[in-house]
Amino acid sequence: MPYGPHTDDDRTRMLTALGLSSVDELFDDIPEALRAFPLDLPPPEPEQELAARLRSLAARNRTDLVSFLGAGVYRHWSPPAVDQLLLRGEWYTAYTPYQPEVSQGTLQSIYEYQSLMAELLDMDIVSASHYDGAAATAEAALMTCRATRRDRVLISRGVHPHYRDTVATYFKGGLELDEIPLVTDGEAAGTTDMAALEAMLADTDRPVAGVVAANPDFLGLLEPMPRIAGLAHDAGALFVAVVEPVSLAVLAPPGSYGADIAAGEGQPLGIAPQYGGPYLGILASTEALVRQIPGRLVGMTRDLDGQRAFVMTLRAREQDIRRDKAASNICTNQALLALAASIYLATIGPHGLRDVAAIGAARAAELESALAGVGIRRLHPGPYLNEFAVEVPRALAVHRRLLGAGFLAGLALAEAEPADPTLADALLVCATEVTTSDEIARFARAIADAVAETAGVAGGTRR
Amino acid sequence: MSVTGPRLQPTIFERSRPGRGGGKIPHPPAGALDRIPADARRATRPALPEMNEPDVVRHYVNLSQLNFAVDTGFYPLGSCTMKFNPKLNEWAARLRGFAELHPMVPDEAAQGTLQVLWELEEALAEISGMAAVTLQPAAGAQGELTGILMIRAYHRERGDADRTEVLVPDSSHGTNPATASMAGYTTITIPSAPDGGVDVDAFRAALGPRTAAVMITNPSTLGLFEARIGELLDAVHDVGALAYMDGANLNAILGRFRPGEAGFDVMHFNVHKTFSTPHGGGGPGAGPVGAREHLLPYLPTPRILRADDGTYRLERAAERPSSIGRMRSFIGNTGVLVRAYAYIRAHGAAGLREVSDDAVLAANYLKHRLAGTFDLPYDRPCKHEFVASASSIKQATGIRTLDIAKRLIDFGFHPPTIYFPLTVDEGMLIEPTETESLETIDAFADALIAIAEEAATDPQVIRDAPHSAPVRRLDEATAARQPNLRWRPMAGAETPCPD
Repeated sequence: MPYGPHTDDDRTRMLTALGLSSVDELFDDIPEALRAFPLDLPPPEPEQELAARLRSLAARNRTDLVSFLGAGVYRHWSPPAVDQLLLRGEWYTAYTPYQPEVSQGTLQSIYEYQSLMAELLDMDIVSASHYDGAAATAEAALMTCRATRRDRVLISRGVHPHYRDTVATYFKGGLELDEIPLVTDGEAAGTTDMAALEAMLADTDRPVAGVVAANPDFLGLLEPMPRIAGLAHDAGALFVAVVEPVSLAVLAPPGSYGADIAAGEGQPLGIAPQYGGPYLGILASTEALVRQIPGRLVGMTRDLDGQRAFVMTLRAREQDIRRDKAASNICTNQALLALAASIYLATIGPHGLRDVAAIGAARAAELESALAGVGIRRLHPGPYLNEFAVEVPRALAVHRRLLGAGFLAGLALAEAEPADPTLADALLVCATEVTTSDEIARFARAIADAVAETAGVAGGTRR
Repeated sequence: MSVTGPRLQPTIFERSRPGRGGGKIPHPPAGALDRIPADARRATRPALPEMNEPDVVRHYVNLSQLNFAVDTGFYPLGSCTMKFNPKLNEWAARLRGFAELHPMVPDEAAQGTLQVLWELEEALAEISGMAAVTLQPAAGAQGELTGILMIRAYHRERGDADRTEVLVPDSSHGTNPATASMAGYTTITIPSAPDGGVDVDAFRAALGPRTAAVMITNPSTLGLFEARIGELLDAVHDVGALAYMDGANLNAILGRFRPGEAGFDVMHFNVHKTFSTPHGGGGPGAGPVGAREHLLPYLPTPRILRADDGTYRLERAAERPSSIGRMRSFIGNTGVLVRAYAYIRAHGAAGLREVSDDAVLAANYLKHRLAGTFDLPYDRPCKHEFVASASSIKQATGIRTLDIAKRLIDFGFHPPTIYFPLTVDEGMLIEPTETESLETIDAFADALIAIAEEAATDPQVIRDAPHSAPVRRLDEATAARQPNLRWRPMAGAETPCPD
């Protein structure tokens, strides 16, 4: 075993102390019929060879592509200070701070994370972290049911399709989830259909616990969040805002438009894409909902000598105390990623964060105009921040062809939203501060070529 | 600051000085945000701290030094398997090809990661005796929810909709009953027998046509192998219910017992326990779920598929209509799973069996060392962990397990898990793991024995412990009564910065 300390002599000493001749005797309580045969696994690999294997597997991934892909996961510059600090063993090899006297580092860092997010979201209560944006959204939806004692939630089709799927899975225990359609044409195309929402809320036989909408929405568009909040509250429902944290440097925060709960994906705050995780589920609420919010909370207190210190608190919400009456089953969360987000925010500061959002917006506008220059236009007229959908004939084939040319041409929306005919020939593209003007110019030329080249290929282009 | 002077740190808000920082991000062109409608924009700026990089680094380095961690010392936190976290795995997860890969790239751009994940699924299936594995769940608790929702879907698809109950032993992790509730089930708690196992008679009496599932941790949270497991699983299946195994304690039985082969229908793995991925101060973990053949239609979507030509792809949304759906945004905590993959490749079959052998041997040896000083309510061989109790010490001296735990800190050790399972009076759940040397284990036993003696001779020093930690015991009552959960800027108050 590569990391074990025991010499044969150590093992003999332990066995002798126990009066045993073989370690096998310690497994005598496993019924004979149920004992395992030797496992069929590849042989152990020395570290040097394993390192070479891992390096070659990593190299098989195409991370060399010029990327315009966002769709909920965004590339940003993360100052090296973030990862170098994360590599300190005192952070990443500790566990949940059950013993506060020897965990003040983790506890203070979580308190600071809660405080940073509270500022950014303009919300009072921030949980110490959830698994990711989708799981946090699902927990937010469950919170609305507990708090209102109703069992129906409305979720806008403008929320990321994977988040909608996740909420639907979490609701399989007996709660109802209905989707609010998006406007199909006109100035508000691609945003939540307010008339439909109003009609759904008016069904008094099926009272609504919560309304969930995202800003920017999955298609990159800005939603009328204050109006959605107003309609939800008029019907006695809570409002859940799904937000992207970097955008909050420049966009109105959930607290400003009356969101009761905010959920979101913290990955853009200095966390690498890593093919899906680990990420950071952000979950926040108003003070009124503090006893409904699931997950760890850290509070400030004092020790016996009066020194300021931090401790996990309001634990009566949690599974290890309340068991089947707990607010959620969550135990292990994403503390290290909350730390990463905090270090990122501390390192780039409020001005840096605003610059990240503003440059992303500027680069996206540049992308819009470069694409328009080759005849590729936006699908929706409404305002966006740094991501938008464009109409591209034979979008799937174009996307595929561009991959061969070294470009990740955003997301082919037909794959993400197959049920929406308005998105059949569209790509969702985004830009951030790491997107360069040169990449944008080359992409515009390449997409024009790809559209032209695919024109001759009739049918059969769908993957 | 850490070697001399005060150890506690000001908050980043107190360290902030307007005008500090900058130089990280280029300046945006003027008017970059003009096209955003005024009513959609932020009106007031968030009061985030302004710091320069040296201050940030010092803050987080100094804070880190207030933590106990596996890298700093022995961390026998029962039920959590705080084993060494290999450094190769940290390096591997940070390789650019793994770290920079977007989760929505076309499958052909992700072949390296997909291969790692597929091979990891295969290895976990082999280790557990399950037919297939999903890597999607982000942690053990999410794995439990995945498994119980799969069981729910299984019963419903068979038209068996009247099953409303999940049976859970009273010694179980709190996540088990909490999971059952989240999945819409009522929890029925089963008492433990005097020998620490499930009370078979009570178990049989509770089973019936309303039972959807039972959730069993094996070895149990008392560190004991459920010797009648075959009998229990037969009883479960006889009434048409399914058996979920909480795999938190898999570190004891690698290569010795395969839950799927023994009759468990579905289980989760905690890769942050058994397969050495770091605990991160409370996460991230990963909680893959393995299932037997009859539950495969219900596994979360998407699964990873391997074609005959050796290429990999993600399953499409409608490909498996009975799936419970998605548990999270993307395919899994991939960065964590790469580490687990490296761990399993480094060990192979023989190495993994040695992991369990050494973990179990170390736990039994440590238990033996404490016999006579602490109560050992279950006096039979344990697996990778065991429960000791300070019940007699408390009766004789008034010193509680909590006090002993705090005193251990002064001896340089992280306390074990205390007051869990809830079924043992003054219990401490001790898990040494296989990566701690005999010298460390002996030193820990010596410390506990010394504290037990101190309880008789100088109890006050224990009650006042810890003496050497950065802070003393905390006022948790006030923290809960008047919660202060976020920093509030204090107008006009200039807080001195200690460095």
